[in-house]
Amino acid sequence: MSDYEPLKFYVPEPTGRPGDEPDFTKLIIPDAGSARKPAIDCRPQEIKDLATTIIRVMNRDGEAVGPWAEGIDDDVLLDGLKAMIRTRAFDERMMTLQRQGKTSFYMKCTGEEAIAIAHKLAQTKGDMNFPTYRQQGLLLATDYPMEDMINQILSNEKDPLKGRQLPILYSARSHDYFTVSGNLGTQFIHAVGWAMASAIKGDTKIASAWIGDGSTAENDFHSALVNASVYKPPVVFNIVNNQWAISSFRGIAGGDEATFAERAHGYDIPSLRVDGNDFLAVYAVSRWAIERARRGFGPVLIEWVTYRVAPHSTSDDPSKYRPKEESTAWPLGDPILRLKNHLIARGLWSEERHAQAESEYDEEVRVATKEAESHGVMGAGSSPKDMFEAVFEELPPHLREQRQKMGV
Amino acid sequence: MPQMSMIEAIRDAMDVKMAEDDNVVVFGEDVGYFGGVFRCTHGLQDKYGKNRVFDSPINESGIVGAAIGMAAYGLRPCVEIQFADYIYPAYDQIVSEAARLRYRSGEQFTAPITIRTPVGGGIFGGQTHSQSPESLFTHVAGVKSVIPSNPYDAKGLLIAAMEDPDPVIVFEPKRLYNGPFDGHHDRPASNWSKHPLGDVPEGHYTVEIGKASTFREGKAVTILTYGTMVYVAEAAVKETGIDAEIIDLRSLLPLDVDAIVESVKKTGRCMVLHEATQTSGFGAELAAQVQERCFYHLESPVVRVAGYDTPYPHAQEWDYFPGPARVGRELKAMMEAV
Repeated sequence: MSDYEPLKFYVPEPTGRPGDEPDFTKLIIPDAGSARKPAIDCRPQEIKDLATTIIRVMNRDGEAVGPWAEGIDDDVLLDGLKAMIRTRAFDERMMTLQRQGKTSFYMKCTGEEAIAIAHKLAQTKGDMNFPTYRQQGLLLATDYPMEDMINQILSNEKDPLKGRQLPILYSARSHDYFTVSGNLGTQFIHAVGWAMASAIKGDTKIASAWIGDGSTAENDFHSALVNASVYKPPVVFNIVNNQWAISSFRGIAGGDEATFAERAHGYDIPSLRVDGNDFLAVYAVSRWAIERARRGFGPVLIEWVTYRVAPHSTSDDPSKYRPKEESTAWPLGDPILRLKNHLIARGLWSEERHAQAESEYDEEVRVATKEAESHGVMGAGSSPKDMFEAVFEELPPHLREQRQKMGV
Repeated sequence: MPQMSMIEAIRDAMDVKMAEDDNVVVFGEDVGYFGGVFRCTHGLQDKYGKNRVFDSPINESGIVGAAIGMAAYGLRPCVEIQFADYIYPAYDQIVSEAARLRYRSGEQFTAPITIRTPVGGGIFGGQTHSQSPESLFTHVAGVKSVIPSNPYDAKGLLIAAMEDPDPVIVFEPKRLYNGPFDGHHDRPASNWSKHPLGDVPEGHYTVEIGKASTFREGKAVTILTYGTMVYVAEAAVKETGIDAEIIDLRSLLPLDVDAIVESVKKTGRCMVLHEATQTSGFGAELAAQVQERCFYHLESPVVRVAGYDTPYPHAQEWDYFPGPARVGRELKAMMEAV
């Protein structure tokens, strides 16, 4: 007889499924202001504790406390709040467009707005982002024409991407926004290559790489970290841990017990874990990481702890795979509400101004949408000729022949 | 004119481009200090510094992925995948990223990268150092594939690839690195120093991507081939006395369809010959092109001679390799067909 019990196969499960009560007891939330702020040139092994805590700045009363609260301009906070309101208004309208059958697809970033927007505001023009599909805030925090985003979503005659790309997979080189791939994770190593090039050429620009908790399981995540570990290029790795990858909770990406931030330790890359719904914390830590990279101290990895309030996309229904009340029970709150309360407490904002901003951005989105719709919806206005262009710089003979046969 | 091996010609191409263009960087596994396992980058790190020639981790997806990011910045990376058999981890980066950037970004971002990789068998390398995966890439929209068969073309095609605005994979038949190989593994190896195609001009020149060359003129049958098999075809022609025209395609995508059609219409017969496995191999595309464009000129069916549809074996290499005896048999059979 064998001494061994038969082995059991293990598949992790989230703390709740539909019908269950939300349970976030596993998420240990330290007090705001309790995490230390290390020197910009610290060695990675000196800050391992910051990969398991959650760096937070705003306390329950909306006060900014602790070492990470220092030196943030009021204008940044006001700009950030406005950009978040603008982004949420945009998302709501685009969702409606999809429901109306004017676009095939949309993805909202509800609840995650602070991360892309605060990070963007901490960057300098020329710092390049390698985003996923849920960083529309990187564009909406800038003067990138909103109408062009909608033209892309509608795949109409003014679509900057000529109808060739799925809605929301934008590309905006003029605004430091790399072409988004639907193959997840691939951009993480591109950011490293871009940052290597910046160092090779003696530039001072940095790259920001973006990935979701689920896609950290892709091999490109390892490729990016190992290459960053080897060459120490100026790259900031952003893991947006929003708890869910469609219906798979973070544990299916190996993030149930260990934090995503801790993964950097084996690569000798400093890492920090941050409250992604705390605009001040996102801004302060982004600024620290970007400054560190730009000063030549190499890569930084940041895990932004947040919650995907929205469905993954217009193609899924979260009530089929997670507790219905989970998003409202999320203990780190709503990023817009938290920054709003902070600014009101400091006398920099008011309920009236907030309501006014909401209606102004609703109107901006409405006008931009109307204008974009006049150029066609759901692919109307796209040209079959564009299908054959830009496969290569020059049309090769076999494509010319195929285009001629098609008669365009 | 200098005599060069294919290795020296490839190295010279990179040297020429690195001297001309500060944005050219070269990296890959063992390519820096050591100069590459086949010595193709030997001396380049000494000459151009570690900023421009360096070793990479054993991480092919990272090599190509980093190159794409560098190209987005504005560099011109030329990377080495140590063996084509190792290219599969990079497949997603090549297919979904490098090949698609221009298309999906409205031409805001492009990937003018060159991927060099030794290909093919004949070195007793077993299944992980002998494969010919070219058709996995010719099937992909947005990436070009070339495969030189001699030092002159190797240098000219590599320079053309490094100047191309789009990603190009340069498949380097490793059995040809040091000399032409006719498939007779049991005879003494020859080298490029005694071959006219080992004459390689100094400095800058290009061989146009998308243009085949007529390796041997003939009237009886057209052999469409590339890489090592060019010399196998030549040996089979000598041994059978069949007056075949050998077309060295050099570029698989874009493909020089005009050269193919012109030759097949002249000879009326066509053999498609490659080392890679037969089913869904590049030969299937060639046979289809010939059928579509030359059907009424054909006097016999198009014949494919290719690697068997097995993994590349080790001990049985010379049973597997489509050598001159097998090619000769098939040629004779074609000529006897009515």
